[in-house]
Amino acid sequence: MTTTASSRGFLRSLLSKPMSAASLIVLAIIVIATVFAGVLAPYEPDAQDLTAALQGPSSAHWLGTGELGRDVLSRMMYGGRVTLIAALIAGATFILAGVPAGMLAGYRGGRFDQVVLKTADLVFAVPVMIVLLVVLAIFPGNEFAAMAVFGLLGAPGLARVVRSATLGIRNELYVKAAVASGIRDRVIVLRHVLPRVSGTILVQASVFTAGAVLMETGLGFLGLGTQNASWGSLVAEASRNLGIHPWLLIPSGAIIITFIMSVNLLADGVRDTLAERYTPPAAKVRAPRGGAKANAGASATAEATPVAGGADNAGAARASAAADPHALLSVRSLTVTLPIDGVPTDIIRDVSFDIQPGEAMGLVGESGSGKTMTALSILGLLPAGGRITSGSVTVEGTDVATMNKAALRRLRGGRIGWISQDPISSLDPSFTVGWQVAEAVRSHRPMSRRAAWQHALTLLEKVKLPDVERVAKSYPHQLSGGMAQRVGIAAALAADPVLVIADEPTTALDVTVQADILALLRDLQADGLGVLLITHNWGVLADLCDRAAVMYAGQVVETADLRALVHGPEHPYTAALLACDPHQARPGAPLPALDGAVPPPPQWPQGCHFQSRCPFVKDDCRTGAIALADGSDSSRAVRCHHPLTRQEVTL
Amino acid sequence: MSKIIIRWLLTALPVLFGVSVITFVLSSLVPGNAARAILGINATQEQVDALNTELGFDEPLPVRYWTWLTGALHGDLGVSVVNGLPVTEQIGARIGITASLIVGAVIVAAVLGVAFGVTSALRGGWLGKAVDVVALIGMAIPGFWFALVLVTVFAVQLRWFPATGYIMPSESVTGWLQSLVLPLLALGIPSAAPVAKQTRDGMLTEMGKDYIKVLRARGVRERSVIFRHALRNAASPVLTVLGIVAVVLLGGTVLAETVFVIPGLGGLAVNATSSHDIPTIQGLAVVFTMIVMVVNLAIELTYALVNPKARA
Repeated sequence: MTTTASSRGFLRSLLSKPMSAASLIVLAIIVIATVFAGVLAPYEPDAQDLTAALQGPSSAHWLGTGELGRDVLSRMMYGGRVTLIAALIAGATFILAGVPAGMLAGYRGGRFDQVVLKTADLVFAVPVMIVLLVVLAIFPGNEFAAMAVFGLLGAPGLARVVRSATLGIRNELYVKAAVASGIRDRVIVLRHVLPRVSGTILVQASVFTAGAVLMETGLGFLGLGTQNASWGSLVAEASRNLGIHPWLLIPSGAIIITFIMSVNLLADGVRDTLAERYTPPAAKVRAPRGGAKANAGASATAEATPVAGGADNAGAARASAAADPHALLSVRSLTVTLPIDGVPTDIIRDVSFDIQPGEAMGLVGESGSGKTMTALSILGLLPAGGRITSGSVTVEGTDVATMNKAALRRLRGGRIGWISQDPISSLDPSFTVGWQVAEAVRSHRPMSRRAAWQHALTLLEKVKLPDVERVAKSYPHQLSGGMAQRVGIAAALAADPVLVIADEPTTALDVTVQADILALLRDLQADGLGVLLITHNWGVLADLCDRAAVMYAGQVVETADLRALVHGPEHPYTAALLACDPHQARPGAPLPALDGAVPPPPQWPQGCHFQSRCPFVKDDCRTGAIALADGSDSSRAVRCHHPLTRQEVTL
Repeated sequence: MSKIIIRWLLTALPVLFGVSVITFVLSSLVPGNAARAILGINATQEQVDALNTELGFDEPLPVRYWTWLTGALHGDLGVSVVNGLPVTEQIGARIGITASLIVGAVIVAAVLGVAFGVTSALRGGWLGKAVDVVALIGMAIPGFWFALVLVTVFAVQLRWFPATGYIMPSESVTGWLQSLVLPLLALGIPSAAPVAKQTRDGMLTEMGKDYIKVLRARGVRERSVIFRHALRNAASPVLTVLGIVAVVLLGGTVLAETVFVIPGLGGLAVNATSSHDIPTIQGLAVVFTMIVMVVNLAIELTYALVNPKARA
C-alpha cells in the first residue's frame, strides 16, 4: 500500500464520522474566511461609521457593529488572522521542539531520554500564564514571541508522548530487523517510525493549538497583544460595553468556542480513526478447545452402586412442586432474563434445587453454564437489566421477590454469606482488612467501631488466621491469596449467616492452600452452616458436598446425592463432565476433553441444550422443552429423554 | 510522609531555580532597557546611564542574578522600577486575595465536578452523555468570556451580585462573600468539566470491580459502597486532574481579576507587564511558581491519605 493510498483511506474513514466531517467543514469555513478576509469581508476592519455604533445585527452589518460603528463580522474575519497565526506559531514550535526530542529519546534512550522525561515533569509545574507575561513585559506587544514560548513550554509534554510511541515501535520486530540489517538510523526513523507516530503528533498538536487559541485570546483580552483587531480584543470590546450592548458578547464568544470545539472534535475523530487502523479485528469465534474426543463414560469405570437417597429432598426439587418452607434455600423453576445486545434473553431457565439446614450442596458445570448467575439471582445481585421473569427463590420460607431493598440488604450477609473467586480483588485495596470485616459486622448489627473491631478479630481467629492483630491492620496487597481468602470468609461470616455461597472459592489459590480452605469450609459446615458450592472441579465437590446439581447452558440437567451422581450419572452431560476430570486421566494418554463449547444463551437450541455435543442424541431430543423428571429413584432427577443406564456408563 | 516531602523538594527547587534563571536570561535580552522605559524618550543618555547604575543594570548577568538570588532568599525581591515600592511588600498585600480565589475555585471545581461525575456514573444514560457534552464545551469556553457572561446575567441584568470590585472580609463578611461568588463561579465551573469527566470514568471503572459486588453481597449499605469505597478508589486520578486544574486556574485568576477588578496578584502582573516593570514581574513569576508548588504538595499529601500503597 503506498503512502498516498493509505492516507486517502485514512481520510475516508475519518470523514465517514459525521462529527469529524462537520468539524472539518466548520474549520475550513473559518480558515477560508480569515485567509481571504481582504476579498470576502464586507468592510475594512477599522472602517468607522459613527452614526451606527453598537448596533445589533442588520442587513448591512450581519453581526452588528461595535465601538465607532466598526463592522463586527469584518473585524472577526481580519482578527482571525492575528489569532490563527499566533496559534500556528505556537503549534509549529510545539512540534519542531517536541517531536525530534521525543523521537530521539525514544529511539536512543539513555541519558538524553532521562533529561527529556525529567524536563517534562518539571515543566508541568511552571505557571504558563505568568511566564508569558514576563515575555510580554520584556518584548511589549510581541504576541508571536509569547506564542513561541508557549509552544516551547508545551513541547516537553509532546516529547514524552512521542517518546513512548517511538519506544513501542522501536521494539517491534520489523524495526529491530531493519536495525540489524544495518540500515541507517535516520532512514529507519523517517521511513518506519515517523509515519506511525504522525497520527499521535497530529492529535497532540491540534489539541495544543486549540489551547493556544484560548491563551492568545486571553492575552488579547488583557490588551497585551497587538493593537490590531483580534478575537481576544473583540471580547475586550464587548466587556467595555456590557451594560449598554451585551449582544457583542455573543459573536465574540461564539467564534472562539466554535473554533476550539471543532479542533477538539476533529482530534477525537483522528484518535478514533487511528485506533481502528492499528487494532487488529477481534477474533469473532472462539476456537474450539482441542484435546481428545469426548467419549462419555469411557473412563467412568467406577462401579455404580445405587445409594439410597436419605430424605426425599434430593429429587423433590421438581418444577411443579411448591417451594419447601423448611429448606434454607428453595429455588423453584427459576428463569432469569438479561439483555444481550439489547435483546432480553433467558440466561437461566427453569432451575430448581433445595438446600436443607447444615447441608452442603454443589453446583457444578463448565464455564458459561449459568452457575454464578444462579447464585447472584439468589441474592438479588443480577447485573444491570437482569431480572427474574418466572419461578421463585425462597430463603427460610420468604420469597426473595417480595423483599424490599432494606430486607434484601439484611438478607445479603445477614442470612446468606458470599465467598468469591478471586480473594485479593474482592477486597477494597484502600482499607485494612480488619476494617472491612468490621464494616461487614456493623452493616448488620448496631455496634461501636471498637466493638466491631474486636468482633472482627474474633472472626479472623475463627477462620484460623495467625497473628490476627497484625493481619487486621494489613492492606489486601500485603496478604497472600490464601490469607485474603480467609479474610473473605471471615467477612462472609460477619453476621452469622445460615448459608454461605462459595463461588469457586479455591480456583485462584495454590494447590496446597486449596486443601486448607476446603478444610475450613468443612469445619464450618460441621458446625451447622449450609453451603452452596459453585465449582467445576469434581475433587473440590467430593471434598465438601453431600449432593450436587449439574448445570448446563442455563439449566439443571441432573441432581443427585454425590456418590450416586459420580458412580452412576444418568445425564450424558454429567457422564461427559466426569470423564473430563483430570484425576481420572491415565498416564501417557491425552487428557480427556469435551469437544465444543457451551452455547451462549442466544444460541440455545430447541429441545435439549446438550444435543449438539451429545453422543447419544436422538430425533426427539431436538423438539420441545424437556422437563426435569425423576431419575432411576426418587432421590434424583434428570433432564433427559434417554437417561443412561449403568451398563451404558460402564461400557 | 518525609519521603513525599523530599521527592517534592526535588521537583520544587529545580523548577523555582529554572523559572528565576529563565526570567533573568529573558530580561537580559531586553530591547532598549528598563531605565529608558522609565525615564521616557526625552531623557538624556547620562540620565539613563545613571539610573542603570543605580538599579545595577550595568553589571554582568551572573552578578545581577546572584544579587537578586541572595536578596530573594532573604525575602527581598527588589524594588519596582515604576513606583519604587518593594516587590515583596506589594505581593504580600495581594497574595491573600489571589490565594483565596484559587483555593475557592478549586473547591468549587471539586464539589461540582465530583457531584456531577458520580451522579452521571450511577445514573448513566442521558446524564452521562450530558457530562460529556458539557465537558467538551467547558474545554472550549474561554474563562474570561464566561466571566463576562456571568457578569452580564447576574450583575448587570439581575443585579444579584456586584459586577466588579472586592470587599475585604474585615469590612464586611457578607459583602466579601458576595463579591467572591461570581469570580469563584467563573473560575470554578469551567474547571469542573474535566474533574467531572475523570470522576465519571473512574467511578464507572470502580463500580465494575469485584470488590463492589462482594461488598453488596455482604449487605454493606449502598451509600457506603458508593461513597466510602468506590469514590475513594476513584479519587487518585481525580486529584491529579485537580492539580492540573489548579495550575491552569493560576492563569485564569489573572484574567478573572481583570474582569472583576479584583486587586490581586493577577492585576499586579498585568500592570507590571504593560508598564515594563521587570523586577515586579520576576518576583511574581517566582511567587506564582511557589503557589503551584504548594498546591502540588497538598495534592501529593491528599493522594497519600487516600491511597495506602502510596504511603508505604
